[in-house]
Formats: sequence, C-alpha cells, structure tokens
Amino acid sequence: MTAVPSNPNAVPTPGAPNVNVNFSTRVDKVSRGARWTRNVRAVIIIIIALIMLIPTVWMAMTAFKSRPDAVAVPPKVFFEPSLEGFVSLLTNRRQLTATEIAEYQARTDLAWADQIALVRGQTIIGPSDFPRQLLNSLIIAGVSTIFSVGFGVLAAYAFSRFPVPGKDDLLFFILSQRMLPPVVVTIPIFLMYRQVGLYDTHFGMILLYTAFNLSFSVWLLKGFIDEIPREYEEAAMVDGYTRLQAFRKIVLPQATTGIAATTVFTLIFSWNEYAFALMLTSDVARTAPPSIPLVLGTGGIEWAAIAAGSLAFLIPVVIVTFLLRKHLLRGVTFGAIRKG
Amino acid sequence: MAQARTERKLTSTTTAPRRAGGGRQLSDNRIVLLFILPTMLLLIVMNIFPLIYSLYLSFTNYSVISTDAPVWVGVENYTRILSDPDFWHNFAVTGRYTLLSVGLQTVVGFSLAMLLRTKFTGSGILTTIILIPMMLSPIVVAVFWKLIFNPSYGIFNYLIGFTNINTAPEWLGEPQLALWAIVIVDVWMWSPFVMLLCLAGLSAIPEYLYEAAAIDRASGWFQFRRITLPQVMPLLLIAILFRTIEAFKQFDLVQGLTFGGPGDVTETVSVQLYRLAFQGQFNTGESSALAYIVLVVIIAISNIFILALNRVRES
Repeated sequence: MTAVPSNPNAVPTPGAPNVNVNFSTRVDKVSRGARWTRNVRAVIIIIIALIMLIPTVWMAMTAFKSRPDAVAVPPKVFFEPSLEGFVSLLTNRRQLTATEIAEYQARTDLAWADQIALVRGQTIIGPSDFPRQLLNSLIIAGVSTIFSVGFGVLAAYAFSRFPVPGKDDLLFFILSQRMLPPVVVTIPIFLMYRQVGLYDTHFGMILLYTAFNLSFSVWLLKGFIDEIPREYEEAAMVDGYTRLQAFRKIVLPQATTGIAATTVFTLIFSWNEYAFALMLTSDVARTAPPSIPLVLGTGGIEWAAIAAGSLAFLIPVVIVTFLLRKHLLRGVTFGAIRKG
Repeated sequence: MAQARTERKLTSTTTAPRRAGGGRQLSDNRIVLLFILPTMLLLIVMNIFPLIYSLYLSFTNYSVISTDAPVWVGVENYTRILSDPDFWHNFAVTGRYTLLSVGLQTVVGFSLAMLLRTKFTGSGILTTIILIPMMLSPIVVAVFWKLIFNPSYGIFNYLIGFTNINTAPEWLGEPQLALWAIVIVDVWMWSPFVMLLCLAGLSAIPEYLYEAAAIDRASGWFQFRRITLPQVMPLLLIAILFRTIEAFKQFDLVQGLTFGGPGDVTETVSVQLYRLAFQGQFNTGESSALAYIVLVVIIAISNIFILALNRVRES
C-alpha cells in the first residue's frame, strides 16, 4: 500500500531492477477500492484478535469469580468480582462448625482474606503450597537462566569467531536434544538423579534446565554475535587489547540486546516447563506448572482458584511478550530466521 | 585441538601482531577451549551419558521400583513393542494428531499472515495480541481450556451455538471429539507461530515482482500462485517442520486435557512413554526401548528440518 522501496533484506533476483529503484508513484494514488479492502481487512483482523483473546480473558475473568459464579450454567459474563479464587489458591482452610461460624461472624477484627473465607464457612489455617511453588519456579528459572545464558554467550562467541573442529556437527548435536520428547531424556536422568540424590532438588532442576536451555541460548546468541562485525574486535586488538578484553569491552556491550532477548526467552522456557518438573520433582523442588492442574479444593475442582493460579502464572509472560515483540521471530526459530 | 586451523585463521584475518611472550595473556586456542568447555561438559553429563545409559537399559528388563539388578534381555523389548498393537495405535494417534493440527495451523497461520500483510494503524499491537497464546505455558493453557470445554459451564459450546447443555457435545469425553479438542487448542496456540514466520517471508518479497506482474496484467490469483507462494515457501516450510516436530512430541496438552482418554483415543506416543516409564509397573527397560524408537523417528524428522534450513540459508 505505502510505497516502501523494496525491502533491503530482499533477495535480489537475477535481471531484476536495482533494489534502490524508488516506486514513489504509488504513494498518493491509493484507490478507493484499495482503501476499502484495507478497512475490511482491519476489521477482520480485529475480530480474529478478539476471538483469539477469548480463552485468556475468560480465564482472567474466572479468576475473579466466586465459586458458584465460576461454574454457573449458563456461563456468566457479568458477575460480581470476588477474590475468593485467590484466597483459595493461597491458603489452606478449615471448615467451621455452625457455632463457630456464628462466633466468627460476630467478630470485627477479621482480615479481608478471613472474611472471604468466612463467606463459605471456612477459616484460614495457613498458607498453601502455591506461593512456595511459585518461588521454586522463580528460583529454578532464574538461576538456570543465568547459567545457560552465561555459558551460552561464551560458547556462542567461540563458535562464531573461531573454526572449532567439527563445529557444524557440534552445533547440530546441541540443537538436536531440544527436539526430543522430554520423557525420552527424563528416564535416564531420573535414574541418574536418584543415584546421586538430585531427585526433587533445586540444584537438580537448575542443572537440567541449564543444560536444556543451553542449546537454545548458544544458537540464538551465535546469531546475534555473528552480526557484530569482527573488525571492531580486531581494531581493539590492534590498539593493544587482549582477546579477552576485546570480548568483554567490545563484543559483550554490542551484544546486549541479543543477550537480553535470549535471557527473557530462556526465562519463559524454564518458567513454562512442565514435563521435566512433573517427572523429576515431587515436593521440595516442585514448580508451579505441575501444581496448577492439581489445585483442588474441598469437594470438586475449584475453578476460580485454578484460574487465579493460571493468571498469576501467565501475567509475567504476557507482559514479556509485549516487551519482546521485536525479537519473537528470532526467538521462536532458534535464531534461524533473523528478520522479517 | 585445532591448533593449526586456528593459527591459520588468526594470521589470515587479524592484523594484530601477536605479542611475544605475553605473560598472562591467553592464546586464542585456550580461549576457545575455555569458552566451549562448560557447554560441552554439561552436554556430556546431561545428554550423552544419559543417552548411552538408556541405550543400555533398553536391552534390559530393569524396573525403577524393583531392587533387582538389570538383566540383559537382548532385543526382546524392541520386538515386544513393535509387535504390540497398542504401540501402533499410539503412533497412529500421534500421526493423525500431527497431520490435523499442523495442517490446520498452516492454513490458519498463512491466512492470518496474508490479512496482516499490509500494515495499518494498530496492526502491530494486534499482531502481538494474536501472538500471545504461543508464549503461554502449555499445561496452564490445557487447564483453562478444560474449563472452556466443560459441557455444562464451559463457554466453548455456547460460543459455537450449542446452548442446550443436554444436547451439547462433550468435547473431552467423546471418543470422536477428544482428539479434535486437543487439535483445536493446539491450533489456537500455534497458528500465530506459522503466521509470524509467514509474515517474515511476505515482507521480504520484493515489491517489483508485483509491479512487473501488474504491468503484465496478471490476475491476483496468478500473482499469488507465482509470486507470493513460492517466495514464502521456504519460511512456511520451516514453520511446518518446527510444528511437526513439536506436535509429534506433544505431551503437555494431552496430559492437561485428557490424560490420553477417553479410553486410549488420544494417547500419543509421549503419553504412552510417560505411563510406561513412570506409572504402573515402571517398565524402565521397555520404556527406554520405546524412547529409542521415538528418538530415531525424531532424528529422521529433524534431519529433514536441518536440510530445509540449510537450503533457506543458502538462498
């Protein structure tokens, strides 16, 4: 529509006119038909985007529903917001007897969370496992990300700048483990971990996620470092920098964006990971993903609580998606495709 | 390692003189070794060793929960799996699932990309909104889709027009529908991925191709078939291969939505493998054999992927 001269990344076709030819003639001549199609397109896209948002929004809405509203037939679109789901998610509660309920209702010193629990005739007896699991997720994802990006940037630099023997095979091998179903990898690791006492430990999970994400970070970072001209370091080395100094003072600052994007992607991968956590943790190091489907209340599935847990878990990812939108393409293709 | 090669590279590409006897300075060879070492060590400990270990286990009758030492049984595990109709059933389920979901994602993703191709005010934000599902945790997605699919209080049936809960389909409970339910969720989650790659392909098509076609009065369909499609093909291919591998190893969504049920109609190979290895009898030996069969299939698929990737890189 707008007369962008050919994309600079376009592959030149033999016999084609020079890439820099300016097709400016089309700028002001957007016909009425074309404008109309564009508007129709925009409307269709908006409708599709809204439809695609429904499941996520519905989950977010359910998180703020009361227990009866969450399972109302027909489903309630308009409802009175309640924090019941969050209270059920974060606390363990005990059912009160009739006399106790009367006694509690007479009290005026109840905190808001207690009041919400009281609506269902319950009292809070302590925090649930969920905050701890969320913290586990955070620790395991955070620490493993630091290691996999740290090791990854070193390996990526070496692979990018030096002829490592068997480089292509190594890089392919590094990538290939990412393509295996997690269960395939987990069986021997489970046995290994049980032998050395790493089953259900934070360190075991950190080690596994580091190894697992390293493949991704090496590939992605290599792409970013490949783009930094070698001449920068070489010039610095002519000026008397050692190779290490050049790496630290020239390459690393240049690769900041790439490192940041890789870090966030790695964080999301470990944060979202389910299969390894399900099979290699049970209690101490259990992360949030395998726990969310199991948030069960007294008598039946507490959908509001599950939705609250999902929401708490997804919000960071949604925010990050917006921050990362320029790098999404690269991230989801292991750096294979760089630019749109 | 590579002493000679690194040396040659160094003298040919750098102009920096090598400082004579430079005290604490590390040679480039050392740096390469040091930089790659942590990655290689981790890979050996966490990948190569476990794979060799499980290759050994696949020839034994070992079980995690038994105290007996592994006994060598030769290829018995492999012959048992390959002659087991359940295995072929699960492979067929996985194949059907992969075909359906990747096929639909390709169509939906490519259509979305065609729609979003020309920018308009707000199209950037809309693109990001459409991309959100693929960043979410599959297991959490599965859990809230379970609520959405619920036959009485889920909204899915209401949205597609079944407002009577007595006649509304039970998506996760009916054998003919359960696989489709998983396909629907997977398409919702991953069509944006195909869209993203197609958008990249579309934006790289040089405008002059269309200019030339317009001068030749080529029809829209002709332009689509002869310019758009061939130009997007390499990236579309990559998207399809990525999705094929991912769909083939699908575990999270199935676990979250159906646990392989009802019966075994949605039991994919990954779910079967999980059950064999970590539930019931804990048949570690047999599950290792199955894992190796899956491994071979995945390596075959990913080799195609690497071939396609290289072809795209070259062009």
